Amino acid sequence: MTADPFSLWVYLSQTPLLWLTVTLLVYASTDALSLATGRHPLANPVFHAMWIIAAFLLATGTSYTTYFGGAQFVHFLLGPATVALAVPLYENRRIVAAAIVPMLVALVVGCATAIVSVVLLARAFGLPDNIVLSLAPKSVTAGVAMGISQSLGADASLTAVAVILTGIMGAIVVTPLMNRMGITDYRARGFAVGLASHGIGTARAFQVDAVAGVFAGIAMSLNALVTSLLVPLAVTLLVRG
Amino acid sequence: MIASLTLILLCQLAGEIFVHGLALPVPGPVMGMLFLLVLLLARDKFDWLACGPLQGGGVEGGARGLLAHLSLLFVPAGVGVVQKLDLLAEHGVVIAVVLAISVLVTLLVTVGTFLVVGRLMTRKRATP
Repeated sequence: MTADPFSLWVYLSQTPLLWLTVTLLVYASTDALSLATGRHPLANPVFHAMWIIAAFLLATGTSYTTYFGGAQFVHFLLGPATVALAVPLYENRRIVAAAIVPMLVALVVGCATAIVSVVLLARAFGLPDNIVLSLAPKSVTAGVAMGISQSLGADASLTAVAVILTGIMGAIVVTPLMNRMGITDYRARGFAVGLASHGIGTARAFQVDAVAGVFAGIAMSLNALVTSLLVPLAVTLLVRG
Repeated sequence: MIASLTLILLCQLAGEIFVHGLALPVPGPVMGMLFLLVLLLARDKFDWLACGPLQGGGVEGGARGLLAHLSLLFVPAGVGVVQKLDLLAEHGVVIAVVLAISVLVTLLVTVGTFLVVGRLMTRKRATP
């Protein structure tokens, strides 16, 4: 029997095995590259893995649905990883308790800034209302943001893209920005990037400093709560008002 | 490892049940995180809770394993960009500019608020 390479491809390209392997292989490579550059912000592993896989899907004419059949096993772990944030929070509970007031104030102010700034800017640049609504919850982690977007009647898959882009931008910019501003308090730096850029920012913060990672994780979790409450309010006032 | 993962999933499941049962506008995993935190704190108070994954750093190790590759977990959602190429061809540049400015402003406002409030608190404590 001689295996026809095309029919083998047709078979494999429909299996979860291939797409799960592609996801892990590409990420392992971009992560190794990031490590080799000393975790340089521009070598962000999520960003490079994302465009390489997207280009591969386009080149092979594979649909996102087929790809997600394999990638869903990775995507599923977002939930358990959120639960797992309880562990660094528990281990650093004393530092966290000592900073509770600045954290809560920064949470409310930062969350309102994230929503209001994106809605006002998007409107000022003349984007259609449906896109404005889809961008509003972009600072919160993917699953939550898509839920908010759906409840507003906006485009949830555009929201997911905006969430990931926001996460990558924040993760790339935070270290050079904070260094240039001379901010050395890793609690504040971590909290800001977790709030602005959810899990991708949190992953970046853990790469830079353990305390920054803990504060980023708290900011990301609390922001999921506050954004769920503030986005509908902001949309009523700013878009539909 | 399996016991730790089971405990983490149980917390998430309890979180989902709690959130959906009470129709709260909170994501289930965030509630699950609170449950796991309460469990860990309770373990230090009550010895009988220190069993299975809650002893000898079991669940701590499992959680660290998950968090070590947090970035990887965002890749599948990010690849979703392929579904939005026509929309991004039309509005992509504007959307990117809007998101970039918003992220910068949010980072600066949040870090500034955190530091100013933190400083005000220490000053108040220094001069009662």
